[in-house]
Amino acid sequence: MTELWHAFTKAIELLVSLDPEVLEIAGRSLRISGTSCLLASLICLPLGGVIHFYQFRGKRALINIIQTLFFLPTVLVGLFVFVLFCRTGPLGFFGILLTPTAMVIGQMILITPLLLGLTISALSGVSKETVDTATSLGASSFQTIRLVLREARYAVLAAVIMGFGRAISEVGCAMLVGGNIRGFTRIITTSITLETAKGDFELAIALGIILLSLALIINIVLNRLQQR
Amino acid sequence: MMKPLSSIIEVAGLGHSYGERKILQDLNLSIGKGEVFALIGPTGAGKTTLLRIINLLEIPGAGEIYFDGQRIPRSGKQRLEIRRRMSFIHQKPQVFNLNVYDNVACGLRWRGEKKNRIAEKVGHILEMVGLEGYDNRNARTLSGGEAQRVALARSLVLEPEVLLLDEPTANLDPISTDKIEQLISRVAGQRDITMIMATHDMSQGQQLAGRIGVLLHGRLAQTGNATDIFHSPQNEDVAHFIGMENVIEGVISESGGGIVLVNTGDGAIQAVSSYPVGKEVYACIRPEDITLLIADSYQQKAIRSSARNSFQAKVTRVTTLGPLSRVEIDCGFRLVALVTKISAEELDLQAGRPVYATFKATGVHVMEKGTGR
Repeated sequence: MTELWHAFTKAIELLVSLDPEVLEIAGRSLRISGTSCLLASLICLPLGGVIHFYQFRGKRALINIIQTLFFLPTVLVGLFVFVLFCRTGPLGFFGILLTPTAMVIGQMILITPLLLGLTISALSGVSKETVDTATSLGASSFQTIRLVLREARYAVLAAVIMGFGRAISEVGCAMLVGGNIRGFTRIITTSITLETAKGDFELAIALGIILLSLALIINIVLNRLQQR
Repeated sequence: MMKPLSSIIEVAGLGHSYGERKILQDLNLSIGKGEVFALIGPTGAGKTTLLRIINLLEIPGAGEIYFDGQRIPRSGKQRLEIRRRMSFIHQKPQVFNLNVYDNVACGLRWRGEKKNRIAEKVGHILEMVGLEGYDNRNARTLSGGEAQRVALARSLVLEPEVLLLDEPTANLDPISTDKIEQLISRVAGQRDITMIMATHDMSQGQQLAGRIGVLLHGRLAQTGNATDIFHSPQNEDVAHFIGMENVIEGVISESGGGIVLVNTGDGAIQAVSSYPVGKEVYACIRPEDITLLIADSYQQKAIRSSARNSFQAKVTRVTTLGPLSRVEIDCGFRLVALVTKISAEELDLQAGRPVYATFKATGVHVMEKGTGR
């Protein structure tokens, strides 16, 4: 117990002193997960709109599959990306394995189902009358989707936050496809794993606190945005 | 029925069903440019569906729609272009979760209108509906009546050629209803606009529209001006819907000189009509056209009346409707009379009271039987 307390105070010290390595790792985590979340949102929000508005065969089944993939294990996504991009893999010629790019791709795959599924359910919360009203007022299909996304903005924002949260907190995929290379692909979660294995709890706990603080700051900012 | 010279909307052989349920059947309708047309009918008659089809929100199961002489395709970009020449105010005021200005501006933005033109038009229209200064209020925080005015402004700002209104005052309090009705009649008078308004409120239709169509069970039962419909319903369904409470079955037993005798089995009614003897008909009498006399005073004073019909009857039931009393009487057949509450009290009308019911032959509308559904 005393050891844990000791580790905790040490962690606070690391934070207060703005340890350069800690900052670098945290910054990289934010960049990679921010990028993957942004790219996934750019794809999933319009795509979710299209899936919600158009009737096609197998729609129900597709939504079921999307929802099932909410539970996709991170390490499985890592494995998939690894096999895809390893030197002998079908996309091996890109040579991006063990780079931040591969990590972004892995996280995008990981959070796409979540973003897509939550966007679709956010849009379902907008009444059919609202959609009809927009159509009556002369909105094209694209304009209608944009309006409805705007009507559901709080729920959509919640979907994006969930996606970002899952991206920044995952470790399995980042470890496999990034390789936890110091100064290059090491992010908060992978270093926590490493430091714990090494028995260096101080750094691990400090990084854990940073991760949660980041989450808190992002939430506060987004909440402010929602209230406007 | 006078057909307008140039029609903006024409519907031919229209039919529509939701699954097994037939909503509209074999509907033909032509609306002239600048006409104000009211579609009246009970809830579930298909009014909303018809408006939705005209607004191209739905594709009809059968039949064609023409807009300004142009046949509307079942799919494609042309539908959006045509839809942008109309505007539809839905029954429940649907405002977007945006401020009032953005709500009203959205249709103009979707049409690619310039920013300063939008500001000008929106400002003007908000003033017209009495919502100036509301620009930055979130539309979701408005009352029902205010929200409906936003919806109206949002539609009118587009200067549509055709304005469709679906029960625009159905969920509003009397004061808000009044305001909306005033706005509608102002718009109808001011602009070169065609309006089609669905309502179950007959007086609203009568008050605002030039021509009325009665939609019953998915069919257009009758179209005409208010007088046509309220005084000469074409069939028993229309008669029942417009509140013609006295619809009595009978057969013409005498006919000549424009006067017929309708034999109801329990009495004969004289009416102005020229149907031949033997024709099965309905005799319709508006409740307010029936005069009730008390048996004693009738005998004492021996009043003679020009009314051709006079029946000895017994009051079976009296109900009060505000300043009026609805008196049900039995004179062999059942009749309903509408008298003022004061008269009902003075004549001491109550169940069991013997009365005389009189009405004029000109007050009886005779229609052929079996022209309904």
